[in-house]
Amino acid sequence: MDEALVRSLTPSVLAILVRRGADFAAAEDAVQDALIEAVRVWPADRPRDPKGWLVTVAWRRFLDATRADAARRRREDLVDEEPAPGPAPAVDDTLQLYFLCAHPSLTPSSAVALTLRAVGGLTTRQIAQAYLVPEATMAQRISRAKRTVSGVQFDRPGDVATVLRVLYLVFNEGYSGDIDLAAEAIRLTRQLAATIDHPEVAGLLALMLLHHARRATRTAADGSLVPLAGQDRSRWDTASIAEGVEILQAALARDRLGEFQAQAAIAALHADAPTAEETDWVQIVEWYDELVRLTDSPVVRLNRAVAVGEADGPRAGLAALAALNDSLPRHAAVAAYLHERDGDLTTAARLYAEAAQKAPNLAERDHLTRQAARLNTGRGR
Amino acid sequence: MAKYLLLKHYRGAPAAVNDVPMDQWTPEEITAHVQYMNDFAARLEKSGEFVDGQALAPEGSWVRYDGEGRPPVTDGPFAETKDLIAGWMVIDVDSHERAVELAGELSAAPGAGGKPIHEWLEVRPFLTAPPTITE
Repeated sequence: MDEALVRSLTPSVLAILVRRGADFAAAEDAVQDALIEAVRVWPADRPRDPKGWLVTVAWRRFLDATRADAARRRREDLVDEEPAPGPAPAVDDTLQLYFLCAHPSLTPSSAVALTLRAVGGLTTRQIAQAYLVPEATMAQRISRAKRTVSGVQFDRPGDVATVLRVLYLVFNEGYSGDIDLAAEAIRLTRQLAATIDHPEVAGLLALMLLHHARRATRTAADGSLVPLAGQDRSRWDTASIAEGVEILQAALARDRLGEFQAQAAIAALHADAPTAEETDWVQIVEWYDELVRLTDSPVVRLNRAVAVGEADGPRAGLAALAALNDSLPRHAAVAAYLHERDGDLTTAARLYAEAAQKAPNLAERDHLTRQAARLNTGRGR
Repeated sequence: MAKYLLLKHYRGAPAAVNDVPMDQWTPEEITAHVQYMNDFAARLEKSGEFVDGQALAPEGSWVRYDGEGRPPVTDGPFAETKDLIAGWMVIDVDSHERAVELAGELSAAPGAGGKPIHEWLEVRPFLTAPPTITE
């Protein structure tokens, strides 16, 4: 059976059920039942209209499950009002589903779990494995999320920004285990971009494609981190980069800049440079200025200081850094790098060691510890 | 979505405020304490934040390699001052604030006199895999 096809159909099938009046949680259960049925039946007898098949089976399951008298009467009314069967474009419905799964009443982790389950069509077990939590925990998270959004009206447009934030969270988790969350996030964002015409959706898709194109070179075979300057650029996925750049250019042409487009522009400038030395840092600083204007985030200012250090020299970078709070994540790592480039190896080594202590993940800690060790053992021996 | 380890210490942490050894509590107070801990774990399971939790025996040994062909060295019977972990719980929560909030709740487990023991718990973030975006 074509799992990719089934998963791509899941959100619109679910959306149709909810549109017909099914409660979200019950509709979701019914769709999962239909998917299981599809796995069983399709290999021998594949329907000509897979989506129509799934809608029919899921709707039947839903009706079976809500056979209580009062409920049935209400549902039958709904069935009566239902439009005659036919090819339903359901484009809007799918979009509503994205909004619902990213609803502001959900915590970020619930929104992520619900999106992967309801829009992505992943099983609870797959999501639990991807996030390294017990299946029972993920099941609870998803059912709580479903209860939370059960009363939410399905006909009001939501906020695209919340959807983009959730997809970005999924992307950032990268991958662990069988499910490649980054690839899944790209798939869902692509699907969203096909549904809605919005420059920031395009911006996020471009950003993901550009980052994804470089992912394989970001770590060595032993899992250690390879910094951008040391990456083997011949292994970057040029098709993915070209697609990302094209999507980004079309989005930028519409002159409604947002933070994802600006971030994608920075990623595109990195991806464009034939060598690290040829990176257009001056233009990157300009994009960081835009980002600061759009987000006013301290983390963006920190990244900007790195770019300034490359464009105007380490002293300028350190001056930009001086304006920032040193409790920011990765502040010490940036300071260490700029001090090293400025020739102050003692300070750099001390700051690398300090940054390693604060690193949020193992690969980064090991990388920073190696930087400190390199400077400490390279001097005075 | 970050995992934290909540560590309960037998020794090594600052003393609890309501610091009465458990064998001095009434059986009912012990039952209430155990119930509180079970309820806490059950609540986290329901909220989708529970990953794992275990209690550890008090007897632990420091062990060290002692060279080729020799048995490992252990710290022997004179270990009264070493830190000892009583048990742990792994949670998966949306923020560091939430981890601290939960640790605070756990520290409020009832002790002697039915009053919270106010014990110190250690909250440690897991070092995770790097995110996709690091530059």
